[in-house]
Amino acid sequence: MSEPVVEFRHISMQFPGVLANDDISLTVNKGEVFALVGENGAGKSTLMNLLYGIYTPTGGEIYIRGRRVERYNPKYAIDQGVGMVHQHFMLVPSFTAAQNIVMRKEPKKLGLFYDNAEAIRQTRALVEEYGLEVDPTEKVADLSVGLQQRVEILKALYRGADILILDEPTAVLTPQETDELFAVLRRIVAEKQMTVILITHKLGEVMAISDRVGVMRKGRLVNVKNTSEVDQRQIASMMVGRPVLYEALEKTGTPGELRIEVAHLRCLDERGLPAVRDLSLSVRSGEVLGIAAVEGNGQSELIEAIAGMQHIESGSVKICGKDVTNRSPAEIRAAGLAHVPEDRLATGLSAEASVGENLLTGRQREKRFRKAFDFLDRSSVARYAGELYERFDIRGAGVDAAAGDMSGGNMQKVVIAREFNFDTPVLIIAQPTRGVDVGAIEFIHSRIIEKRNAGCAILLCSADLDEVFRLSDRIVTIYEGRVTGEFVTDQVTREEVGYYMTGAREVAQ
Amino acid sequence: MNDILGRIFSAGTFQQMLRSATPVALAAIGGSMTEHAGIMNIGMDGMILMGAFFAVLGSFLFQSAMAGLALTLGVGLIVGLFFALLVVKFKSDEFIIGCALNTFALGLTGYLSDSVFGASGAKGNPSLLVVRLPFLRKIPFIGTVLNGQSILVWVTVVLMVIMWVFVYKTPHGFWLRASGEKPETLRTAGISPERMKWIASILCGLFCALAGAYLSLGQLSGTFSKGMSNSRGYIAFACVIFAAAHPGKAYLAALMFGFFDAIGMRLQAYVSSELTQMIPYIITILMMIYVVVRQNNRRRAPRKLQGMAKS
Repeated sequence: MSEPVVEFRHISMQFPGVLANDDISLTVNKGEVFALVGENGAGKSTLMNLLYGIYTPTGGEIYIRGRRVERYNPKYAIDQGVGMVHQHFMLVPSFTAAQNIVMRKEPKKLGLFYDNAEAIRQTRALVEEYGLEVDPTEKVADLSVGLQQRVEILKALYRGADILILDEPTAVLTPQETDELFAVLRRIVAEKQMTVILITHKLGEVMAISDRVGVMRKGRLVNVKNTSEVDQRQIASMMVGRPVLYEALEKTGTPGELRIEVAHLRCLDERGLPAVRDLSLSVRSGEVLGIAAVEGNGQSELIEAIAGMQHIESGSVKICGKDVTNRSPAEIRAAGLAHVPEDRLATGLSAEASVGENLLTGRQREKRFRKAFDFLDRSSVARYAGELYERFDIRGAGVDAAAGDMSGGNMQKVVIAREFNFDTPVLIIAQPTRGVDVGAIEFIHSRIIEKRNAGCAILLCSADLDEVFRLSDRIVTIYEGRVTGEFVTDQVTREEVGYYMTGAREVAQ
Repeated sequence: MNDILGRIFSAGTFQQMLRSATPVALAAIGGSMTEHAGIMNIGMDGMILMGAFFAVLGSFLFQSAMAGLALTLGVGLIVGLFFALLVVKFKSDEFIIGCALNTFALGLTGYLSDSVFGASGAKGNPSLLVVRLPFLRKIPFIGTVLNGQSILVWVTVVLMVIMWVFVYKTPHGFWLRASGEKPETLRTAGISPERMKWIASILCGLFCALAGAYLSLGQLSGTFSKGMSNSRGYIAFACVIFAAAHPGKAYLAALMFGFFDAIGMRLQAYVSSELTQMIPYIITILMMIYVVVRQNNRRRAPRKLQGMAKS
């Protein structure tokens, strides 16, 4: 019954300086859901991009349905029935769903003009056949992330894909949307005999949907197992290469006085539309308040408004009792706040500057780093940076290397080290472990809880719901810029929080 | 007072409006293509200038305006290819290349003009057909406005409609727009976004050549003077931005420019010409202010940079 549909034979992919895939041999069978897991940088996406023809392997061969792949380009792959839903959607925002779906094989009138009615008709037919409800005439820019993903899947199906690759499809979905996606995947596998290859690092999803699981580590395929024969802990250990202890984080102490007070806050997004609408919340010392929200619901603007990086239209923000509404980031920091921003490359770090310089940022004016004529004292900077480097277990080419050359996890550790070391009474942390590998996640999580136990007031915002549940004492859900619910973490389920995240339910405030 | 207004809004003003607008409109339609393909093309002024010179050169050498048109389209094609080679293939900075192209065109045409035509410049060469329709003459006002215009004025309207349909109604037009807005989308569909950018550059080169040909062969007899593009390429670029790269709207924006240019000419009878010549440029600045206000009020129109960022 297991009929091979894709075969990788001794595939290697050498990028300048990085061996992304190292002698990988793998067979994926028709009609199965194959999960490919591994830490960031393990080579999962590279392997799938080879199958989709985006890169040409530097060694080895790929066979699709027994036929050797001759040319490595997406056109050839598409013609062989390979479809890929990329992690960052490949959709043109100003085009309609139908226009995106039929791209490259547009139906035509008079052999020349785009036939809009036919494109809509064909899209509707696909929608019905696969049960993926989407309005073909809607502009992609106006669709939610979940719907955009459906458009991506429909696009692959329109092109005749029967081997569907999904790259971290659930990263941006709510629990409900994830369930719906999985239902669709199960259906197309069962009814259409399609093959699905799922790249993920959420092990719960591997267990939930896959038939077999392949684990990659540092460019190698270290193990392939039937999903029914392994558990999450075993997979995690294979991914990291050592036993992973998912220890419960020990939380101690009780919440104290109010440290963050946000009252009736209103902010606009960069397009001038309301992003935060009359939002109030508060955080006490010694507690973590987690924000659960689907991306784009105002949580980024909220965090930036508190940190002084976003104009506040009305309402107020108090840090440690001091009103800091519309103050500069420097003034807000002086009031007792440190901030781990959501985008470490854009705002968290200077990628060109050295690790040491990044660790120093914010402290340049301190006396101990200065010498005569106000020059920076390089040796005391190096000593300070070296100490943080050790303490936060940063692994790279030392404090003098450019920060941008490090892996995502280590860059994040640099930001965390710098901000945590300010020892402020208030911390706001956005996306602490986005794109960070499993080992570093454990480390960062325990540092956050350490801060909490030491009496820091922490506001946490993460797209990873598991992370919000793991770290938070309380959770608020935000939908369209408003707080829709507030919960004590151990008294609520993920599914329930999911309803509030999508605005399906709301607690009257 | 009524007399002044009457002269300002006379048929002659609108006739002049079409004359001033046509070269800007042609360049703006071409510039809409590169804009859609995510290329910031500020080299249109140089492209127009070369178009103007080679049109006159061809007309002079072969004593035929059509030969001049053919030569300048050939040169326009080469300029477009060259621009694409540098900007698309070698990924040079489009801003620098555009500046270089403008300076290069000014020097090259000036030098060649001196060498071929001498210090007094090119004059009295065969110019393009002027359309005079008997039935139009009978219609008051409109007849005066439309009759006696160069054939290129009419061609421009046709081309505007064709490019409009191309961009918004054909698959290739979709790909052109996608190549600027989100090139990876095309790549993953198995279409080369670079190819669409090449096509856009070539089209822009051809349209700017036509704009230049209109300047030198469309009005008067075939004449070339140094720097005769006179910043129309920049005005055209402003029209492109104002119109969000829509060929039809770009044409209207060019008409608006032409209208104020014509009014400026009329006003020279009453006000110093240095002041009246500022009018189109003041209008251009006002147009740009409008664009900024519109962008702040509305969702930002998709524009390069993000799309061009390393993937």
